[in-house]
Order: sequence, then structure tokens, then C-alpha cells
Amino acid sequence: MTITNRNPAAAAEVVLDDVDVGYSGQRVVHAISLELPRGQIGCLLGPSGCGKTTLLRAIAGFEGVMRGEIRLNGESVSRPGFTLPPERRSVGMVFQDFALFPHLDVAGNIAFGVRGWSRGDRDRRVRELLRLIGLSGYERAYPHALSGGQQQRIALARALAPKPELLLLDEPFSNMDIELRTDIAHEVRAILRAEGTTGILVTHDQNEAFAFADCIAVLNNGRLSQWDTAYHLYHRPADRFVADFVGEGTIIPGKVCENNCVETALGKIRGPLSDRFGPGTAVDVLVRPDDIALDNDRGDIKAEVLSKAFRGADFLYTLRLQDGTEILCVAPSHDNFVVSDHVRLRLNFSHLVVFPRGDSGPARR
Amino acid sequence: MTPEPAAPPARSRIKWLPRRVAQLSLWQMVAVTMALVLALPVLVIFAHVFLPAGDVWLHLRETVLGEYVTNSLLLLLGVGIGVLVIGVPVAWLVSVCEFPGRRIFQWALMLPLAMPAYIIAYTYTGMLDFAGPVQTMIRDLTGLGFGEYWFPEIRSLTGAMLMLTLVLYPYVYLLTRAAFLEQSVCVLEVSRTLGSGPYDSFFRVALPLARPAVIAGLTLALMETLADYGTVAYFGIPTFTTGIFRTWYGLADPAAAAQLAAVLLSFVFVLILLERWSRMRARFHHTSSKYSNLPRYRLRGWKAGAAVAACLLPVLLGFLIPAAQLSIWAARTTDHWMNPDFAQLVFNTFYLAAIAAVVAVALALVLAYARRMQGGLITGIAVRVAGLGYAVPGTVIAIGVMIPFAWFDNTLDSLMRDWFGISTGLLLSGTLFALLFAYVVRFLAVSLQTVEAGLGKIKPSMDDAARSLGMRPLGTLTRVHLPIMRGTLLTALLLVFVDVLKELPATLILRPFDFNTLAVRAFELAGDERLAESSSAALAIVLVGLLPVILLSLTIERSRPGQRQQKGRRNEDSAEAEPIAVPAGTQGA
Repeated sequence: MTITNRNPAAAAEVVLDDVDVGYSGQRVVHAISLELPRGQIGCLLGPSGCGKTTLLRAIAGFEGVMRGEIRLNGESVSRPGFTLPPERRSVGMVFQDFALFPHLDVAGNIAFGVRGWSRGDRDRRVRELLRLIGLSGYERAYPHALSGGQQQRIALARALAPKPELLLLDEPFSNMDIELRTDIAHEVRAILRAEGTTGILVTHDQNEAFAFADCIAVLNNGRLSQWDTAYHLYHRPADRFVADFVGEGTIIPGKVCENNCVETALGKIRGPLSDRFGPGTAVDVLVRPDDIALDNDRGDIKAEVLSKAFRGADFLYTLRLQDGTEILCVAPSHDNFVVSDHVRLRLNFSHLVVFPRGDSGPARR
Repeated sequence: MTPEPAAPPARSRIKWLPRRVAQLSLWQMVAVTMALVLALPVLVIFAHVFLPAGDVWLHLRETVLGEYVTNSLLLLLGVGIGVLVIGVPVAWLVSVCEFPGRRIFQWALMLPLAMPAYIIAYTYTGMLDFAGPVQTMIRDLTGLGFGEYWFPEIRSLTGAMLMLTLVLYPYVYLLTRAAFLEQSVCVLEVSRTLGSGPYDSFFRVALPLARPAVIAGLTLALMETLADYGTVAYFGIPTFTTGIFRTWYGLADPAAAAQLAAVLLSFVFVLILLERWSRMRARFHHTSSKYSNLPRYRLRGWKAGAAVAACLLPVLLGFLIPAAQLSIWAARTTDHWMNPDFAQLVFNTFYLAAIAAVVAVALALVLAYARRMQGGLITGIAVRVAGLGYAVPGTVIAIGVMIPFAWFDNTLDSLMRDWFGISTGLLLSGTLFALLFAYVVRFLAVSLQTVEAGLGKIKPSMDDAARSLGMRPLGTLTRVHLPIMRGTLLTALLLVFVDVLKELPATLILRPFDFNTLAVRAFELAGDERLAESSSAALAIVLVGLLPVILLSLTIERSRPGQRQQKGRRNEDSAEAEPIAVPAGTQGA
């Protein structure tokens, strides 16, 4: 991962070193290690109940750690027996329900964290942030009179006001309209960049994660599956869970026939294989919808259309191969096949992703 | 009381305590201790179930118990039917229809809440008895004399049903109306698209959805009916509450009185279970969080007239007429209340009510914070138990306070006399402390409900937000909690204050010698047939009782999402939507 470091001055480097977190003796998060460089934006992605919010609260200082260490800018802030309280961490947080103070107006909410500043500085900071979030002139409005999107941006401004070194966002977009989410994620990312703050987002929505983060941690059942860029999560998933959770696709059985070649219902698929998959090993192969091309002229694999979903620029077809295996395939929407049509396929693999047979996890989603 | 979610729960380990107890956190111990102390009266009463039956109890069972049960059940039946017949239709009219005066009736229908049942009972007695204005007018108009015409006897079981119905129907009205307003328009519209007409939709969708709320309102009214002492005592109807008084004072048998109270308690518990059950169902029946204004059916012509009459009648009979009568009496007897004695009486009452309110709200705060800091089964049960008193009749609580306090005083006194030859006399029983304790047991739920609703508005994430913005726990308390809770605390104080002001039976039993409150004075004067003289005290109670009614109507006005704030798009469950805390125990029995 190489991402440029835009603003080293105000941002924190976050290091999690073999961290366990839990409540009342019950471990929720196990052995998490990751490093987020200064000024970068990271994301904790996973299904609900995977422990991502717990981990975020541990980084904020609301929960202690049971093992390992959390370091901000090299300073140890959490270790067993010691938790630096949240108010002394220079960490801002945006909450899922925004948690705006109902008794304070917009200016009062934003200025809540900078009450130590002089009046002039405070007012300037409030005005500056309102301009940044596009809500100038709303100083005297009260939270209940604002729309969800406006409240969300006020919550962001409030968290940014004290110039935190690290901003944590706990599913901040989940209360918003789906159409708006990606837009707002982009917008918030731009604001974080402008403020030069390191950020960590928690979400269960991969589109949000892709739109927001430089680097994404996929959590499964309290454990870190992969800490990587969106591109690598999609094309080089570390395990079946990541393959399954990120993006669409099917996992079909296969058998290694020779080095760097797997025999499947789709025929022989070639690609670099790890040494541990010797010839004869039974494996599962990840087939992304774009690994298959619909090509009635040159294709040599026969399949039948089971169902299809129109997605604008393309169709997502569910196809059945001759031996009954079902796969997904994306095709441009100018070719319009109908259900039960017989079609021909061509392989279009750029990477071969193979897992040992019999790993846990559902075959497709 | 510092909100400190981050810190590990303060665990106090005391070695000599059993392990399970030693593992309770500080908050849990506080909650459990408070619950045990507050449950003492009820536990004492229950313990008497297991005592061997004494002669008096056997005598009671053979002679009057059947009558008590029959009368109490008939009273419940009559009041139950009455409050449903009045409460549900008027709730429907003001929330679904449009007719002249609807906006006024919306709150005016709550006015009878300010009128304690015993006050309305003797006011009507004064108006309807032989020498009263109504019969006098009949005689003047017809020329008939005594015994030559039929006139209903107000001092009867039917009369008591009517009196209680007139002041208790607002419970059904309030909860039913809230249920109608909470219903999403969508479900009504769905039913329209499925081929049901507006009236059909009401009976097939709106009313069944509101049923749990109707039942909850009904059970509250029935609890008040069971708890009533003033009305039935004044009308001379033998029920449980009057029976307990008779056994306590007339037969001087505390054990038998407590056993009678235990039977009454079992009736109450059936009602509590019914109420819990219906409230649980009310949650399931909450269909949607999207609201919009209900389109009202505009009534015209005779229909509008009938609607006005239906709403006017309960307000007239339940508040306006008795309040007018009280005012006339009070105006005629100015020398009875424009004097230092009456001022002393008012001061006594307000002083007592104010202390009780402060104590109840302080304890409610501790319990509510205990639940917030250390939620879970133990704290939850403790808070529930502590709030149970709202359903327990004042008579029962008074007996339950008196028995252990008297035992303590007597034991201490005899010990001290044996050892040192000093008599300690009455330390607890017959003091203001006993009375205050009973008030707190009875009305803690009122403050608890309000405080918990207020604290619920401060989401835990707001604590976290304040912490992440550099605020220490104490700062969070003073800069976030206190400003948000201020209104709530005032409301809770006011509600308890007014309830204590109205309370009659527990005050009668527990008050120190020669100590009077407005309620006791009004009741005693009325009992001596000095109705006009009692009116000033009664009117004072009614006037102060109006305050929470006004407050309640404002709360409801604000609680309907989308009703007033249409300017900005509102978030579904944003700030202001307070749960409507219907003050239990409003009638003071």
C-alpha cells in the first residue's frame, strides 16, 4: 500500500498491537494488529456483531483492552490495566445516532469541545467549519429542526472542532438514504482531507468502505481477516470469508491438475498458484462475475440462463453450467438474453483465487 | 452520580458478605437496598397472609368479607363500564373527527383529573340532597313536599360508581387518544385500499390497534377505584378500604386489618399483571415510525351537535359544575379561609408535599442512574419493585408502615425502660417521618417514570460524545445532563407534590396528632355535614391539581411527531417525542 502522506502535522499514526477487547470477561475482539499511517483513512468492515464497533470504542478509550496495546503517535494509550480516558486522547468521534446535544443550538454543539478557546477563536472556528460542511448561517438552529443529513454534518463539525488528531466514525451514514450514502462518504472524505485528520470509519456496507477508505480491515467474528486496499480485498481475498463478504461471486469446486492450473466445471483455469496446492489437491475456486465473458461466437463453455438482473450498464446473469454448477456473470446490457436461453462462455480470469476445500463459510451470497 | 461509562463498574468487595452479595456493584447495592426499604410495607402486609387467623379475622370472614368483596367487585364493574363508555368515544371524536370546539375539548376532557373523587362526591351530595339547590328547585317548581316525589339517592353504590367514573374516565381517554394519534396513517390507508370504508377501517383497524392502550387506561382507573377510600367512606359503602379502616380503628386489630389489606393487594396484583400485559402488547402494536397528520372527518349538522354534547357532558359533570359549586360555597364562607388557621393549614400541606416531592425525586434520580450505569436484571428488578407502590392503595401502605414502625417503637421503648428506666416514646410512628415514608413509597413511581423518561432522552452516545470532546465525567453531568434534565425534574417535583396534596387515607392513618392537611380538613368537615365550610380546602386542592393537567396537555401536544414542527424535516425518533407519563395515583383516593 502506498498512499501519500498529505498532512503529517495534525494527524496521528494509529497502531493496534495484538489487541483483545471484551466486556465482563467475554472477549469480543481477538488479536487485532494493524497500523494506520498518519493522515490516512481506514475502515473497519464486517457484518453486524463482528466486533468492529467494540474495537472502535477501544481506540476511542471508552473500553479498555484485555491484551495487547493501542498506540497513538507512538504513545501507549491502552494496555491491560491502563486506559487513557477518552477526553485526553485528542480523538474525535461521530456517533451512529449523531448524539447532538438537544439543549444547545448548532453553534453551541460545535463549540462544545473548544470552550477553552477565546471567544473570537471559537466563533471563527464555528464559522470555518460551517462553511466547510456547507451549512453557513445555521448557527442558531436547533438540532431537532434539521434534517438527518444536516445533523450528520453538524456532528462531524462538532467532532472536528477541537482539531482532533484522529477522527472515529461509527456507522455515521447508516441513518441516511441509500442514494446519498456514497456521495456523503465522498464528501466527508474530502472534509477529512481538508482538515488533514487521520480517520477510521466503521461500517457494514462495502460500497461505503470503498468510497471512503484508503485501507480496509475486514473483521469476521472478532478476528481480523484482512487489512488491505479495496482492490486487493476484491481481487486477492485472504480467505473465503473476505471473498464472500466483499463483492459478488461464486465459489466452485475444482482440482489442481498440474502446476498453476485447476480443473473445474468451467474447464481448466490457469494462474499462479501457491506451492501448497500440489497436483491432485481438491480446492475451491473463486469465480467473480467479471471472470466470465458471455461470448456466443468464440465461447466454448455451454450454459443456460437461470435468471438475470438489470443493473443499468450491465446485466448480472445467473447461469447454470452443463453439470449443474451455478455461476454469476456480468455482461454489457446491449446483449439481452432471456431466461432459459442457451449461451456460450469464455474465461477471462486475471487472477486465480483458490482456497483449500472444506473451509468454513457459505459458498455464495 | 457521575456518569462514567468508561470506568469499570465500582466493585466493592466486602469479605464477610456471601460471595454473590459481595459481587454486586455499588450501584446495584444501592438500588437493591432502596427497593427492599421501599417494599417494606407491602412485604409486611404479605407476611400477614401466613399468620394464623385470629378471632377478629374469622369474625370478619363470616360476617362482612363477602359484602366487601361483592361491593368492591360491583364498584369495579360499574366504574369499568363507565370509563369505557365515556373514555373511548370521546378519544375517538377528538382525535379522528373535526367539529366545533374540538381543540378545546382535547384538553378540557382532562380537567376531571384535577378533581379528587371524594371532593366531587361530597360536592354532588351537597347539591343533590334534600336541602340542596336541585331538590329545592324541584319543590319550588312543582309545589311538592318531602316524600311526595322520587329522587335518586346519590349516597349509594350507584352514586359511587358515577362519581368515580366522572373523575377516572380521563385515564382511558388519555391513553386511547395517544394510541389513536400514534397510529400511522398508512395502516388506515392500507385498509381503505383493501376495500374498507372509513367507519369500517376504524372498527377493523384503528380500534383493535388501540385495544392494549384502552386496557392499560382501564386498569389504571380500576386501580384507583380499588384504592378509593374517601368516596366510599363518605357514602357509607362497606368495601375493602372502609373495612380496613373499621378493623384498624373500630376493632383495633392490626393483624386482621393487615390480612384484609392482603386480600385487597391480591386484587391489585391481578390488575398490575393485566396492565403489564397490555403495555407489552401496546409495544407490539406500534406499527410504524412514520407519521403524518391524520386527516379528520369533518362532522356537520346534528352529528357535530352530538359530538359537542358528548364531549361537553363529561367536562361539565366531572369538573365545571362541581368546581362552580365549590367556588360558590367558598365565596359564601370567606371567614373560614381568610384567617391565619387556614394559612397555617395551607403552609403545613405545601411544606409536607414539597419535602415528599424532593425526597421522591432524589430517590428516583438515584434509581434511574443506577439503572443507567449498571443496567441488568438485578437493577431492573430493584427499580421495578421500588416503583410498585403506585398500584398499592394508600390504606394498605399506611397499615404496612404503621405495623413495623409501631413494633420498632414499642420494642425500643420497653428495652430502654428495662435497661435505663427511660421511656423513648414514639420515635417513628405518629411522626411526619412515617407519613413522608408512606408518601415516598406510594408516589416514587410517579417521579421515577418521569425521571427515567427524561434520562432516556440523554442517549449514552451523548455521554460518549461529551467525553470525546474533552469533558470529564463531572463536566458531563453539569453541562449535558443537568441542562437537559432541568424541565423533567421540575415536572417530577410538581407531579409528586400534587399527588401528596390530594392523598387522603394514608394521611388520615399516619398523620401526627393534631396535624392536618387540606385533604384531611376537607374530608373531616364534609363528614360532619359542614360542606360549605370544607369547600375552601377542597377548592385549593383542585386549583393546585390543575397544574399537572395543564402540564400533561402541553406534553401531549408536543409528543405527537409531525404535529407542529413541519418546517424542518424531522428525524424519526428525534429529541422531543417524550413518552406520555400518565401520573398514576392522581386521584389521591
